[in-house]
Amino acid sequence: MKTLYQSLKERFTPGELTEQRDGLAFLTVERDQLRPMLGHLRDSEGFGHLVLLTAVDWLEEGQFQLTYLLSNRKKQQDIGLRVMLPREDASMDTIHDLWPTAATYQRELREMFGIDFPDSPRVNEEFILEGWKDLPPYRRDFDTLKYAQATYRDRPGRETRDPAKHMKEQLYPDKD
Amino acid sequence: MYQPDRSQYPQKRVDGTLDIDLKSGKYLKLWQGPQHPGVTGNMSIELTVCGDEVVDAKTHVGYLHRGFEKLMERRTFMQVFPIVCRVCVPEPDFNEYCYAAAVEELAGIEIPESARWIRTLILEMGRINSYLMYLGGQAGAFGQGVIGQWTTYVRDLMLDRFEELTGARIYHMFILPGGVRGHLPEGFSGRMEETLREIESVMDDVEKVMFQNAVFKKRSIGVSVIDPALLDSYGITGPNARAAGVARDVRTEQPYLVYPELELEAVIGHDSDIFTRAEVRRRDLLMSIDLVRQILAKMPLEGAVMTKLPNVLHWKIPRGETFIRGECSRGEYGYYVVTDGSGYPRRVNVRGPSYTHSIALFERLIINANISDVAGTLVSLHTYPPEVER
Amino acid sequence: MNKDMKEELKIRTVKGPDGLEFEVEPLRDYYCEAAPTVQTGAYTAIVEKLFNWARAESIWILGFGTGCGAIEMRPLMSPRFDAYRYGVQGRPTPRQANLFIISGYLSVKTLKRVIRSYEQMQNPKYVIGLGSCTINGGMYFDSYNTIKRLDDYLPVDLYITGCMPRPEALLAGVIELKSLIRAGKGEGANLYAKNFEWYKANQKRVIHDWDMPDYNW
Repeated sequence: MKTLYQSLKERFTPGELTEQRDGLAFLTVERDQLRPMLGHLRDSEGFGHLVLLTAVDWLEEGQFQLTYLLSNRKKQQDIGLRVMLPREDASMDTIHDLWPTAATYQRELREMFGIDFPDSPRVNEEFILEGWKDLPPYRRDFDTLKYAQATYRDRPGRETRDPAKHMKEQLYPDKD
Repeated sequence: MYQPDRSQYPQKRVDGTLDIDLKSGKYLKLWQGPQHPGVTGNMSIELTVCGDEVVDAKTHVGYLHRGFEKLMERRTFMQVFPIVCRVCVPEPDFNEYCYAAAVEELAGIEIPESARWIRTLILEMGRINSYLMYLGGQAGAFGQGVIGQWTTYVRDLMLDRFEELTGARIYHMFILPGGVRGHLPEGFSGRMEETLREIESVMDDVEKVMFQNAVFKKRSIGVSVIDPALLDSYGITGPNARAAGVARDVRTEQPYLVYPELELEAVIGHDSDIFTRAEVRRRDLLMSIDLVRQILAKMPLEGAVMTKLPNVLHWKIPRGETFIRGECSRGEYGYYVVTDGSGYPRRVNVRGPSYTHSIALFERLIINANISDVAGTLVSLHTYPPEVER
Repeated sequence: MNKDMKEELKIRTVKGPDGLEFEVEPLRDYYCEAAPTVQTGAYTAIVEKLFNWARAESIWILGFGTGCGAIEMRPLMSPRFDAYRYGVQGRPTPRQANLFIISGYLSVKTLKRVIRSYEQMQNPKYVIGLGSCTINGGMYFDSYNTIKRLDDYLPVDLYITGCMPRPEALLAGVIELKSLIRAGKGEGANLYAKNFEWYKANQKRVIHDWDMPDYNW
């Protein structure tokens, strides 16, 4: 992975490399350098397989992290590219001309997180939810328990117990 | 030579797309909807049909969406494992293994030797079950209902073994972060050997009735061919890729658990049509039976099965992210887990193989196919809708 | 409702291949205009008992696996657990089925199709709720997309608990349903017709994308 990182540093300006284990590494890239870097990795370095395109919501920092995970089947290496986007009006360039299946991932991200990918085919169509009018559900500020309790009626007689409190009462009832 | 008259069919425009004018009355929109015996699970296909030929297709998913990834963020690390097996209904053990391996890697725990062997045994048993269910579905899509009855019967015998080992038929909840929950019971190897012999005798019958049947061959040879050049751009893995001649199997390329100590090889076929995919899965099933016999022969019978975990009610894992992959019966299964230092996972993303097979690849394969081939193609890609929309 | 309706459901004029123009109104064609009515019993009690015996001995299940429980319905039809000896078989179309097993959780998108299939079945029809997700939400009690109480939306005759119930539990449930029908208590369809407004109000509150007529037989 280090040789690959050196050759990437010659052409682009990636961030620091985090090696998770032998054969898997993550690095942060700037938003404008993502498409050329993906093209270079796919055509010259042999990372032809797009495994995953997903987003993580860092609400406290006010950012979305998009993770593009590519895989090189011959050398058994995975590399994850992180792109940080601001949470307001998040949008990103589409990569569906590099990999046709990216269109599906982008549709899901648009519906679940609200990240826009202009020009991606069928990106504004409903994918998983139907008639959804609230916040995009996978964001951290959407409270799913409150929504479920407000929309669907409960059957009486159901109790919920916090396991930590329950175990403390069972094992150490006298201690504080 | 006979040239069919295609003047009534949609013509290609200059940029390669088809000229479909829905107002002209030539086309019919058919929904092969969620309540249909020709779809595997709850998925629907919106077909635009001209005569008997499909000219456009759109897949609709989302009928089984429960918001798993959101639910997992509300539960602590150990509370996630009862719900994680319900992501993929017919083959649930893979979810447990990938999640447990990801949490162990992020927390820095090593699992004992017996636990690794038992995990591999469970994964291989699950793989046999999944292939048996596939064979029943594939024959049923072409009209042979009796194969489904035979394979469901032997699948039940294997579910009996699961019940002996883990306590439940379908959702085992046996593989958790730190190891597995128990040892093999007494006499398990003997009963397992009987079950495997029963499965082998049924597979002989299945081969004669299904794979040497003229109707099955006529309907499946040459139908819905996957071009090997599309493998990387469409993310095709598993038996779909191996039937196209490319030896792609995570168990041989990046061996995990105890696969380095077992003898196995990737099963490949060369014409990637429906018949070859079914043939590859049948041979893979026989190889899995052989692997189960090898595991039971080489397994250590004593030893701990769980490591000592910290107090799981207050277990905090430092910040990090990882991706674990494994080879399930449909292709390459992966879990991407991000933690942030609190007691709850930050983000768990399930990447099932059907995500790319059932939407992008399927819509491409059934263009210009007959309506009666649509069900057969969908089953031959071996997609399970719950893992597409979780 | 008209402006957000999908393109193919609006009224439009179509020109056929032979040049004839005709108007197509998808939501009105083929659908019935009357609400479901309550079906009274036969004239005498003995004839009603005979009818109930016949209904109990030929329960045909609609083949719609709505959730997790669909995986335990296949072993039920295989020779080991053999539901066929009780007269139970699976039918692919709602017109020929009289039992609808809701096997597991229901997401809002599936609920819309379930209601449509249920209303296409002919009277008398029964509903079994399989699994604990139909009773009180089960494991997905805090999910934004699954419903928690099935009998807010459809009339349920019997619940089978478990997560996942074994095929023997399913058989025990079917036998219990048969004794209910024999005793004359299989009144789910009449309950639906009597409280039609209440059921529809509940359904419309949850399903936001209501682009079908109120009932379609």
